[in-house]
Amino acid sequence: MSVTVNLPTILRQHADGARVVKATGDNLGQVLADLTAAFPGLADHLGASETGLPRYVNVFVDGEDARYLGGLEATVPDGSEITILPAVAGGDQ
Amino acid sequence: MRELGIATSPLLRLASLEANRVRLYAKAEWHQPTGSVKDRIAAAMIATAESDGLIGPGAELLEPSSGNTGIAMARIARIVGYDFTVLVPDNVSVERIQLLEAFGARIRFSPGLEGSNGAVWRAAEMAAAENKTMLHQYENEANPDAHESTTGPEILDQLAEMGERIPSAVVACLGTGGTLMGIGRALRAVSSDVRVVAAEPPVGEEIAGLRSMSDGYVPPIFRAEELDGRILIRTGASIATTRRLVEEVGLFCGPSSGAAVAAALKVSERLEPGSVVVTVLPDAGWKYLSTGLYQGSVEAAEEQVSDFTLW
Repeated sequence: MSVTVNLPTILRQHADGARVVKATGDNLGQVLADLTAAFPGLADHLGASETGLPRYVNVFVDGEDARYLGGLEATVPDGSEITILPAVAGGDQ
Repeated sequence: MRELGIATSPLLRLASLEANRVRLYAKAEWHQPTGSVKDRIAAAMIATAESDGLIGPGAELLEPSSGNTGIAMARIARIVGYDFTVLVPDNVSVERIQLLEAFGARIRFSPGLEGSNGAVWRAAEMAAAENKTMLHQYENEANPDAHESTTGPEILDQLAEMGERIPSAVVACLGTGGTLMGIGRALRAVSSDVRVVAAEPPVGEEIAGLRSMSDGYVPPIFRAEELDGRILIRTGASIATTRRLVEEVGLFCGPSSGAAVAAALKVSERLEPGSVVVTVLPDAGWKYLSTGLYQGSVEAAEEQVSDFTLW
């Protein structure tokens, strides 16, 4: 399955400055593995794929937090949009 | 908290926006003393600190805030007589600065590029160095406790008064996490299968000042396992929904209200018709007028607001 991945500012330097990249995989774990294979500089930042999503990394599949979709086992439909965001303090609303 | 003017906010039905025949109700939190939901937690954190003996006459408080909590705390500090310093990102809207000044807060600025995240870690260092008390909305359990003891029970009472059923879902913006944790606990005590879902603006996407993802911050009061979902709502969608609230419902809300309602409508699509969803509208639009959020096309407004720390 081919997906697009939105990268936050702090990770773009590891993807040749790209804000949006393409990746493939049947589930999120495979997509992240594909991504870090293409851009090894991302590997350290996204944590060890085998142990699941790190607490400080938020990954959304078509706008839904992957943690609630099965984590690394979350299916990623063809054409879906993955968004990676750092966990940061915000929302003083 | 009532002696500090904390109100039982109205619960409004947003009938004209509803999707999938799911009834949508919203707490109108601009009915609080400084016009935001944060009045609840400011009162609770200060009251708890006083009864714990952490602060008393002559106390010097310092808090990181992109606006609403700082304003709420500044007001109470002014009433009670505490010295209050707020650390604010330098790109918040001018109305927030003016309100903080009006309430007599001492204002210091953190780099706007770092957003609220930068204010949080810098404030902790500052409070330690200057021996001031940081009540720390992101770590203080009085924050979710306030929602568990006021906002949540109000929702249940208000729905019952209308003969309405218990909500299938509660949807609110995720900032400190206090609103969701607190309301979630109150509602789950009555109905264990209520879904608690967060609406999240893409706060970290353009944040600078992190060397790596592991420099990130997860509010200690936030428990991911107490949520059933978390939905990313982009700025454009927040603005578009905020405009709908003004234009279709006649409610002049701030952008986080648009984010919350956008997420609530997505959740509505997944529920059985005839269910009830509740959300929280944190504040009104007054302090965002200068950001361009309510003017021109949604795309133009999105461009305008990108310079500000809105969340």
